[in-house]
Amino acid sequence: MAGTRGQGADAPAPSPTRDTAPGTAIAETAGATDPRALRGAGDGIALRVIAPVMRIIEIPMLGLQRVLGINRLAWVFLLPNLLLFGLFAFLPVILNVVYATTGGDNVMLADRPGIGAGNFTRLLDCANHLDPNTCREDKFWRAVWNTVWFVTLQVGVMVGFSLLTAIVLNGKIRARGFFRSVFFFPVLLSPVVVALIWKWMLQRNGVLNAFLDWAGIGGYNWLVDAQWAFAWSVFLSVWAHMGFYTLILLAGLQAIPRDVYEAATMDRASPWRVFRRITLPLLAPTMLVVLVLALIKGVQTFDEVYAFTGGGPGTATTFIIQYIYEEGFAGSPRLFGLAAAASLLVAAVLVVLTLVQLWVNRKSVDG
Amino acid sequence: MGRTWDFLTATRGATRLHWTDWASYTYLFFGVFLMFFPVVWLVLSSFKTEADLQRYPPTFLPYQQQTVTVEGYDEPLPLFEITAGEYEGMILAQLRRVGLQAQMVDPAAPEERLRVAISDYEPVEQFSLATENYSDLFGRFSFLLYFWNSTFITVMATLIMLLTNSMAAFALSKYQFRGRTAVLLLVIGTLMIPQTVVLVPLFLIVSEMGMFNSLWGVIIPGAATPTGVFLLRQYMLTIPDEILDAARMDKASEWKIYWRIILPLSAPAIAVLAILAIMWRWNDFLWPLIVLTRSENFTLQLALNSFQGELQTQWSSLLAMTVLTLLPIAMVFMFLQQYIATGIASTGGK
Repeated sequence: MAGTRGQGADAPAPSPTRDTAPGTAIAETAGATDPRALRGAGDGIALRVIAPVMRIIEIPMLGLQRVLGINRLAWVFLLPNLLLFGLFAFLPVILNVVYATTGGDNVMLADRPGIGAGNFTRLLDCANHLDPNTCREDKFWRAVWNTVWFVTLQVGVMVGFSLLTAIVLNGKIRARGFFRSVFFFPVLLSPVVVALIWKWMLQRNGVLNAFLDWAGIGGYNWLVDAQWAFAWSVFLSVWAHMGFYTLILLAGLQAIPRDVYEAATMDRASPWRVFRRITLPLLAPTMLVVLVLALIKGVQTFDEVYAFTGGGPGTATTFIIQYIYEEGFAGSPRLFGLAAAASLLVAAVLVVLTLVQLWVNRKSVDG
Repeated sequence: MGRTWDFLTATRGATRLHWTDWASYTYLFFGVFLMFFPVVWLVLSSFKTEADLQRYPPTFLPYQQQTVTVEGYDEPLPLFEITAGEYEGMILAQLRRVGLQAQMVDPAAPEERLRVAISDYEPVEQFSLATENYSDLFGRFSFLLYFWNSTFITVMATLIMLLTNSMAAFALSKYQFRGRTAVLLLVIGTLMIPQTVVLVPLFLIVSEMGMFNSLWGVIIPGAATPTGVFLLRQYMLTIPDEILDAARMDKASEWKIYWRIILPLSAPAIAVLAILAIMWRWNDFLWPLIVLTRSENFTLQLALNSFQGELQTQWSSLLAMTVLTLLPIAMVFMFLQQYIATGIASTGGK
């Protein structure tokens, strides 16, 4: 054991993040102490617990190795993971289509009558798609338009503030590590905790209203007003997630070579010009990654807003995932078909976004 | 004083602070306030009594009315300071309130009953932490049960995920076999299928397997993650093949190579993934919300959500519970902040 470990330590140990564009710089900027330091301590205890289990598994594995040969043994190693993927990722996709084309409120597929594209026509049946009141499934369209608005505002505001924060943090700042982790802290909080924190801040007799009353502006019952509830949902979501994107953008900024800036200083370029002509263009690939990631997450917003407003008042903050949840699981009758059809529509959007993400990632890796 | 100021505003480059520096620091300190104040406010509020929580405008620190035990009365009596009238300046204990009048006694001379108008007194308060908010959680609410459910799900899901993902990553990084590219593409494909879009069929599969309303119904479907496989594979690719060949010479079985060589050598990547997995599972909400419908199976997140949904929100317990839910993650953050940041940024997931 000691021998192998020695060899490992001698071997070059690049960070695991080498090939992902944003990650590369992070590992360096974060000044991450080598994660290998984590090892030593837990090793002894972990080994004592794991060893007997692993030895037992070794017996059948050795048998399989004799039968299959070394290279085909790879499939045995892959098996548990592929089984899980198949059962909980690929099979559901197929079943989703089956659900979407059948009606009724039975879970069991055998009891569900096929209705073809009925669910889709029901969802998409609208006199005017811009006005949910003219739609057969008005709640679906309200959720769609809410989500569109939410994603636009949230992604716009969030990426804007993340960029600003990253630029500020990239300047000559003391205690940069501290400030960076301050902005990052809310990312780790659970959505429900985030929602409760802000609900407590914003309630009628909450601290914000106390401050506004004191300042003479006058408090307000924020979460009862549809537009304010929506605005605060955007705010809460930005508050909770911006640290993550700040981190990626900061890494992108730090990856811009210093000499480009030095050359600009030589040429007496104004700071604004430097920002416009150097920082923004060189940051563009990272910005694209951030935008696409934020869009993918934004479309799937559910947890924090659901715990924050419950989708209300009315349907003011009901988003598309909540619509799926309520049609399929919370409401009665449970319209699985409608929920599945709606989730297929969401999936289509997400697939496009993910393909863009992969394409962007590849491009920035190659570049 | 001037020197201190010079010292505080000195920058590495000898020049004084530019206005942009001032703007930067103002922005950053505003950020600190915005990010931390809500959490600080939550923690402080969680130590307030229900009565103190109702107070408007709220006080920053938790206060409780002082009480005193007076001879001849079983219950401790609340203390008031008299601000006007006959007994001005005295501190009296209140027996009961009748309309706008209060019957009071002087704790020093408990025999004589005094009548005071309630507009003439103010409660005597002192800083005091209402720790009963927390102790109540363990008694009246089944906090420990929820905590156990959350912990069980988090630990089991993390272990299963680490095992299956590292095995898959080992196969994908150290073996040359037909169909490897296909499997890699398959793994990339699962990136496009977030749980949120397959809720309905996932629900069917989980109930068919008898895992509806069982903690395993939350643990198993989340165990295989494409991010985990990628993260570990990326790291394992950097482990030189010569080590494996040497071990094979020594007649080590493939399984032994996996757990005695590959696993220990990729410990840093596994640590990062473990931290991420713990965070994902602990904070998970939508899927548990669907699978776990009975309150004895609730995770902390579900319990928090269902408490706040009740008509009469009992903020004192709710806030204390929120703090306890937040605590493990805050601890992890304090000690492992660097790894989390690295891990999250490199996988692009959270």
